[in-house]
Formats: sequence, C-alpha cells, structure tokens
Amino acid sequence: MIDRKEVEHVARLARLIYTPEEIELFTHQLNAILNYFEQLKELDTTGIEPTSHAIPLSNVFRGDDVKDSLPVEATLSNAPDKKDDCFRVPKIIE
Amino acid sequence: MEFCQMTIHQLHELLKKLEVTSKEATASVFKRIKEIESQVHAYVTLTEELAMQQAQEADTRIEKGEMTLLTGIPLALKDILCTNGIRTTCSSRILEKFIPPFDATVVSKLKAAGAVFTGKTNMDEFAMGSSTETSCFGVTRNPWDLDRVPGGSSGGSAAAVAAGECIAATGSDTGGSIRQPASLCGITGLKPTYGRISRFGLIAFASSLDQIGPMTKDVEDTAILLNFLCGHDPKDSTSINLPVPDYTLALKKDLKGMKLGIPDEYFIEGLDPEVREAIEKAIKVMEGLGAKTCRVSLPHTRYALAIYYLIAPSEASSNLARYDGVKYGFRSKDGGGLMEMYLTSRSQGFGPEVKRRIMLGTYALSAGYYDAYYRKASQGRTLIRNDFEEAFKECDLIVTPTAPTPAFKLGEKTTDPLQMYLSDIFTIPCNLAGLPGISIPCGFSKEGLPIGLQLLAPSFQEEKLIHGAYAFEQATEFHKKKPKL
Repeated sequence: MIDRKEVEHVARLARLIYTPEEIELFTHQLNAILNYFEQLKELDTTGIEPTSHAIPLSNVFRGDDVKDSLPVEATLSNAPDKKDDCFRVPKIIE
Repeated sequence: MEFCQMTIHQLHELLKKLEVTSKEATASVFKRIKEIESQVHAYVTLTEELAMQQAQEADTRIEKGEMTLLTGIPLALKDILCTNGIRTTCSSRILEKFIPPFDATVVSKLKAAGAVFTGKTNMDEFAMGSSTETSCFGVTRNPWDLDRVPGGSSGGSAAAVAAGECIAATGSDTGGSIRQPASLCGITGLKPTYGRISRFGLIAFASSLDQIGPMTKDVEDTAILLNFLCGHDPKDSTSINLPVPDYTLALKKDLKGMKLGIPDEYFIEGLDPEVREAIEKAIKVMEGLGAKTCRVSLPHTRYALAIYYLIAPSEASSNLARYDGVKYGFRSKDGGGLMEMYLTSRSQGFGPEVKRRIMLGTYALSAGYYDAYYRKASQGRTLIRNDFEEAFKECDLIVTPTAPTPAFKLGEKTTDPLQMYLSDIFTIPCNLAGLPGISIPCGFSKEGLPIGLQLLAPSFQEEKLIHGAYAFEQATEFHKKKPKL
C-alpha cells in the first residue's frame, strides 16, 4: 500500500506537483493498480534472468567519425527561452 | 468507388495507367476529410497545402516513369513521428507547439518513395491509452459508431483508414496500439518484430517495447508498406541488420502445411461471446484453406498485464524526464526558480494518464521497490518469452482474438484506469516477447461493430503473418465492408 505522504514523495522525484484533491485521487488509483500487481508474488522467478530487451543485442559500436550535427539555429528553434545561442533558464543561484 | 476509399495497390494501378493523377486522388481524400472530419476527428494537424505540392511532384515523377508503389499515394502519419517543419505533438500539451527540425527515418523513407502526407493523426497522449481519449486535442470517434472509441493509442490513424480519410497510415505499438485500434475500426494493422523498423524520430514511450508499423485497408497494402518501412538504420542502434525480404511474395492464398496454435489462455472469462464465436469461425475458415490446428499453452499469459504495466511506465518515467521546459516544449510562466519551473511546466504540460504512468514508473524504480517491482517484472518477461519459444516449437502461427470486446463506449472506462488497461490483455504479451503480430477483420458483432483476429509469429517471420492473414482475408469479405458515415 502506498500512502499520501509517499505519493507526495514520488511526485517530487518525478518533478510533478499536485493539488491535495489530485494526491487523494492518485493515492486511490495507484493503490488499485499496485494491488493488481500483487499477483506477481505468486510467480516463481528463482534463477530466472531478467529480460531488458526482447532481441539480444549488446555493444552496438560505430566508427568515431565526425558527422554533421543540427545547426545551432535549428536546435534553438523550439526553445521556450534563449539568448546568444544558449538555452535560457530561470536563475539557479540566488 | 471514390479514390479515397481505395487501397494502395488499387490506386497505384490507376496512377500507373495515368487514369488518375495523384492530385485528383489527393483532392478526393481532402474532400472526404472535409465531409466527415468534424464527426470523426482523426487528425491533429492537416497538411493539405504540402500534400497538394507533394502530389504535384509525384505526378511529375509518374510521367517520367520513375514511380514506386507509394508514389502519389496519400498517407497519414501518427503524430508521434517527427516531421521536419510540421508540428508534432504526441497529442500532448507539453509538445503542442513543437516543430521538429528533422524527419523520423520512416518519414524520410516514405518521402523518398514519393508518398503524399495528408497530416498527423490523433492519438492517446504519448501513446498512453487504449481509446484515444487521453489526447489533449479531444477524442477521436469510431467511424462505425460515433458514440464509441476507435481504440488506441493509434486511434486517429485507424479511424482515418477506416473512414477513407487517407489511403493508409502509420501507427506505433507499445502494448497493442496498432493492433487494438485496427481491430476496433475493422482494418489491418501489423506490429513488426522489435528491431525490424527504425525508431529514429519516433517519440519514445517505452523503448524496449515501442515499434512502428503499417495500418491499412487490406493485407496486401500492409506487405507493400512493410517493404518500404523495414530495415537497419545506423541512427537507431536497436534496429537489426538483417536483410529485408519482399513481403509481397508471402501473399499466398492457401494454408497447406501451415500449423496454427490455439492458446487456451486467450479464451478466458471476460472474452466477449461474440468475439469468441467470430474467432472460432475464423479458425474453421483457415482449416478449410488447408491449415492444421493444435492447442498450445502460454501459461504465464495472466501475468503479462501486470508485467507490462510495471515495465512500460518505468521506461516512460525515464524517457519523459526530458520534458523539463528547457530545450523544447511547454514552459509554464508560473515558475519562480529553476525547480519551480520544472514542477509547474511538467504538471501543467502532462495530462492525467501520463502523470499516472510517470508516477507508477518512478515508484517502481525508486529505492526499496526496484527488486520487488521492476526486477520481478523483467524476470516475468523472460517467462513470457520462454512460453512463446516453447509454443512455436509446435506451430507456425498463434491465433487469438486481438481485443476482448468490440469497440466500447466513449467515457466507459476513463474513470477506472485498470479497466482501460485490461483492453490490451491479448496484445501485450507479443510486445513483451518482441514478436511480430497482425490484426485483421474477422467478423462483426450484432451491433455492426468490427471484430479483429490476431496472428502472432516468431521473431523476424513477418512473412508468415502476411501469408496467414492474406489467405484468410481473400477467403472472406470482412475487409471490404465500410462504415456508413
């Protein structure tokens, strides 16, 4: 079971904020889903390797060749805020 | 028949004989869109001006005798594929104004083939949903019954194909997002093997599961589109470097020597009786074409949904961390400092289902829960893969329903996330195992709603899917029926 306090903590980790009503709703919904996940406890997975990708591929290398990258103008074209070829963000240090 | 209702191969024949121009065919599609789009809402963005220009270029190419099977064919793109200079939203407020500075590899391939782009189709936000109801641009309606959902997440593409608002479309499938809407809208949809099609430029949801695939009016069109979409791409290190066969060579009408596996675990309580009946009849049809059947067992199927809803949200919570209001996407004006800017931008930019999955994934990956949830689910995933490996020792294809029910009503499942998740119960195991799967129309309910048949094949054996699906389709008439709008 997950409680409201834990939901608030997870929200902070995920960089999300909620109203108290939303926290209430999410706590309820997440518990229903987590409860459904309980059935996995029945599953005997002793000695079973986890699958992270369905197709076995590892260490896909390529040559260290210089290639064109996106021009600065294109890269910045969707920036919510920019200045002198840089992304601009609110002040970090007060 | 109006040009907009044609398949790729039908329209191609006419274009080749110069009996119609791409401009005329494209105009027919936009005429149809103008007539019914206000009811269906299949598109987020229409690109009529670009389409007419591409059609003009295609006509020049056709006159010169330089055409491919896709030259001059109006296609719709799911709004999860990046298109250079065309807004790409993933149906999310956070990307509402995002204009990609590059094309997804599949978009480049279709462009090079001379295809015409009608627009970007509606979807569940970030492909998280089974009904296209989580789109921030509003719902798409099922052309067979406007009070019902088209399925999801590629519901816009499925509805556009079914309603003749394009000739064919692309979708993406993480847990059934091509096959389930194909089933609910009475069209053909194929999810290829993981690694078969490049995902460069596909906005990521769950990277170990996502695949792009075709959504079409018949199986031949699916084979044609696959020929253009498949192949290795150095820009996607998860794409596999294997030769691409000519899938149209698999369009064979008999099933002699084909062995079909019927898994008991897919014919369960909760399966709509009309769906069960349609699937049983479909199996009889395939037997009549020479196929042999056998029962197979996929014993871990009932855990697949829980495994999926741990793995997919975990990967999503990591993938969606990039939306922070800095480099692109929505930035809230309410923030003070940097942290507040992150918090408010993400909280206002994402919709409720996306936030729910980010939360679920963040929780499953967080300290103290990783082993119990994520690791356990990844081990369960191995068991699901092993199930299929064993089953395919006995058969060539596995035959199942695509979805447990025909299209459900708008709003019917939006208040209960778990009920919504259950509509993917038959499509999810295939993604977990990385296998290819196809959904084709196999019947209609008493209310006139389409029912889909799912075929699954071993990895990189899409030809078998095309073969099995084509033989069934050619022996039946279901794919020819159109919704009345």
